[in-house]
Amino acid sequence: MSELVLAGLLVLLGALALVAVSAADLLIAAIALGAYGFALALVWAALGAPDVSFTEAVVGAGATTVFFLAALLRTSRRRSNVPNPQRLVALGAVLAVGLVLLVATRQLPLWGDVGAPPSTHVSPRYLERTLEETLTPNAVTAVVADYRSYDTLIETLVIFTGGLAGWLLLARPR
Amino acid sequence: MNYPYWAAIALLMLGLYTMIAQANYFKKFIGMTIFQSAIILFFLLTSVKRDATLPVVATPGTPSAAMMNPLPHALMLTAIVVAVATAGVAFAILVRLYATYGSLEEGVIAARVTAEPHEP
Repeated sequence: MSELVLAGLLVLLGALALVAVSAADLLIAAIALGAYGFALALVWAALGAPDVSFTEAVVGAGATTVFFLAALLRTSRRRSNVPNPQRLVALGAVLAVGLVLLVATRQLPLWGDVGAPPSTHVSPRYLERTLEETLTPNAVTAVVADYRSYDTLIETLVIFTGGLAGWLLLARPR
Repeated sequence: MNYPYWAAIALLMLGLYTMIAQANYFKKFIGMTIFQSAIILFFLLTSVKRDATLPVVATPGTPSAAMMNPLPHALMLTAIVVAVATAGVAFAILVRLYATYGSLEEGVIAARVTAEPHEP
């Protein structure tokens, strides 16, 4: 993994996020958000997470953009240009949160450190035993579909509930 | 250097600011999406090991230090799928809001709600 590629992709990510946030036309913002989702998929691939990358490209960049466009068709592309009177308070609060998090990153282990707590505690067990226990070479597949399969099973319930809520909200009252 | 974590914090701040400061609900949704992706970015950054490859055991007995941590990948897969489910519900609510109030601006809807508190 090239660190230069990752840095470039992160810059692209920030630029697309700024376009999506600042575009006056909501259609432009929706397409920029789709491009942002695709840039996210590239970042996940650069971080060595191909499974997350595929999911992000399909549902993050694809499905969310389709939902967004469908919602825009039934509402309005325009937004008013009246500035929010609370935006200075918001800026102050967000800067305070950012400062606290930035100070907290000094306590984090060095990025990419093999001896960091997330890489040493329980995760090596999955990598070392997945082949003999689940006969699945891909450790992510083994975790999602075998070690944590109840989690994945109940996740379908979350999707079902989401679909049900959307249907109840959009069904026309008789 | 921990600069990738700084990128996650910058995206998180941008998303949070958009959610609070923008009056349009679609813009608030965009802020929420950016906020979520910043958290996913943070978790995936913790899975990175220097000079490691994908978490696929190609040959038995590969040392775990040579492969990325698979646990954040599996958890963030779940997070992305749940994010899409919540996005669908959010858009359904926005369509209903627009049908009822004819606007998706926070101030306009708040004024209508306080003017007619018992709208059916």
